[in-house]
Amino acid sequence: MEKELRLMKGNEAVAEAAIRSGADAYFGYPITPQSEVLEHLMLEKPHERTGMVVLQAESEVSAINMVYGAAGCGRMVMTSSSSPGISLKQEGISYIAGAELPCLILNVVRGGPGLGTIQPAQSDYFQSTKGGGHGDYRLIVLAPASVQEMYDFVELGFNLAFKYRNPVMIQSDGIIGQMMEKLEIGPQKQRRSAEEIAKQCPWATVGKPENRERNIITSLDLVSARQEQHNHKLQAKYKEIQEKEVRYELINCDDAEYIIVSYGSSARLSMKAMDILRAKGVKVGILRLITLFPYPTKIIQELTPKVKGFLAVEMSCGQMVEDLRLAVEFKKPVEHFGRVGGMVPSPEEIVEALEQKIIGG
Amino acid sequence: MAEITLKDIIKEENLVYKRSKIMTNKTLSYCPGCGHGTAHQIIAHTIQDMGIQEQTIGVSPVGCSVLMYDFLDLDIQQAAHGRAPAVATAIKRLMPDKFVFTYQGDGDLAAIGTAETIHACNRGENITIVFINNGIYGMTGGQMAPTTLAGMPTSTSPYGRDTSMMGNPLKITELLAMLPGTYYVTRQAVHTPRAVRQTKKAIRKAFENQKLNRGVSFVEIVSNCNSGWKLPPVKANEWMVENMFPFYPLGDMKVDGELVNK
Repeated sequence: MEKELRLMKGNEAVAEAAIRSGADAYFGYPITPQSEVLEHLMLEKPHERTGMVVLQAESEVSAINMVYGAAGCGRMVMTSSSSPGISLKQEGISYIAGAELPCLILNVVRGGPGLGTIQPAQSDYFQSTKGGGHGDYRLIVLAPASVQEMYDFVELGFNLAFKYRNPVMIQSDGIIGQMMEKLEIGPQKQRRSAEEIAKQCPWATVGKPENRERNIITSLDLVSARQEQHNHKLQAKYKEIQEKEVRYELINCDDAEYIIVSYGSSARLSMKAMDILRAKGVKVGILRLITLFPYPTKIIQELTPKVKGFLAVEMSCGQMVEDLRLAVEFKKPVEHFGRVGGMVPSPEEIVEALEQKIIGG
Repeated sequence: MAEITLKDIIKEENLVYKRSKIMTNKTLSYCPGCGHGTAHQIIAHTIQDMGIQEQTIGVSPVGCSVLMYDFLDLDIQQAAHGRAPAVATAIKRLMPDKFVFTYQGDGDLAAIGTAETIHACNRGENITIVFINNGIYGMTGGQMAPTTLAGMPTSTSPYGRDTSMMGNPLKITELLAMLPGTYYVTRQAVHTPRAVRQTKKAIRKAFENQKLNRGVSFVEIVSNCNSGWKLPPVKANEWMVENMFPFYPLGDMKVDGELVNK
């Protein structure tokens, strides 16, 4: 079959992927720089194409609770927002994690704190990977570095969400969301039938027949001993995810003396920096994170004895670098470079940072 | 004339109210005399009478009725505080052939969830909302609610609700009746057998309306909170009739999409 190629914005690619992966519903609220997701969905009339429900909610709070309701019925459901909107969703995300519901959340990160800026940033790493809302929970966090990955991670995200009954977040940024690239899109998948959903999700609230116990979707258990057990069960799940679902890309790391650890658009910029440094004879490689949680601790521990140092490049004041330091265990120098507030680092600045902070330091 | 024994009285035909099969055997967590149990029973009877257990999904709130899923033998989702109308919106949109209802208290529906309530009603979601208004936060221990009457003492308005400082009690049901998305809006009570029969009719209508796909059916039940009001059950009901009903008058506000002229 001939490949179907398109030129699309990252945000539009997510919307198209949602329709084509057979998603049942999307609930969202406009916020820059991700409004194209809802706009593209409305333009594409998914209700006619696949029967997918798309609704503009009155707030991010409402949208994430609509996601809770749909996910509780075993439906493939997603929402999208950008940083301030994701902060609003955190209550609902905590409930979804506690009730162990599958769903997909896209965060097209912009600079903060507060209303911050509408320009790209990666300063939501902590809220994406450390839970975000109240209680002990984790999301599976995917970090696309291209429009193609924006598209591909929708189906991957849904698959992981249902596999682990856990919310999955795609943490993108304003560059990946807004830029246009060529991408290959997949065929239209059928949405699951009500019977298939009931079979795949026997826990779903779809109406209680006489021959089964009622299904309850809740994160509440007032009996502390049981709530503790529930927490242990969640932690066991997160441990399994850490063992099985780590994803990363190694670029020129075989002979590398220095490794840039980065993700998303920062990793794209770091590629150019690597080329400049390699042309100067500096052996630099890149570890590009694809999953932010689970973090690729094991590969970092394997690389640590082979290299002279690591540079974390991220558009934040230093968030992901904390996990890098924990993985390296102070055995080698670990430094951070980032621009923030919507400023994007140039490859030359990354080169300079590596030369001054790691090689020179 | 032969003496009448208990055996003569306890007969199927003498039953006025029978426990619904939709009620579980779990002991209710509500205080003695509280209206929640009666409201639950009415919903359970309605679902049983309509034969729609398999087609019904309930959404419980945060508050005293958070554990509704323990008492009703239905598939139920427990929503975050105030978000039940958003949760119910999604359930109904994805399964339009099911009966979907929320059950919410005044703090949940008319304070923290005001946006979700108004917008679900304004969109005309084809759901049933059962709203228990007892003018107080019961579960957290008797704090001021959006519907607390002027001058009414609560633990956070210990000298009575001073409206100049704490705002006015919110007649959210009147407000919702004005929205084009509501199809049936009524205010009822459960403190007497007559009121229970009236409320049962209202709840039945509110569920039947979902077959018409015309918008939200909204049933407010003005109820008591003996513990929060610090009154014994009988006294609480008397206080409710004397104080709550004049401000929250019972009766239909909107029927079949038309405002009721009073």
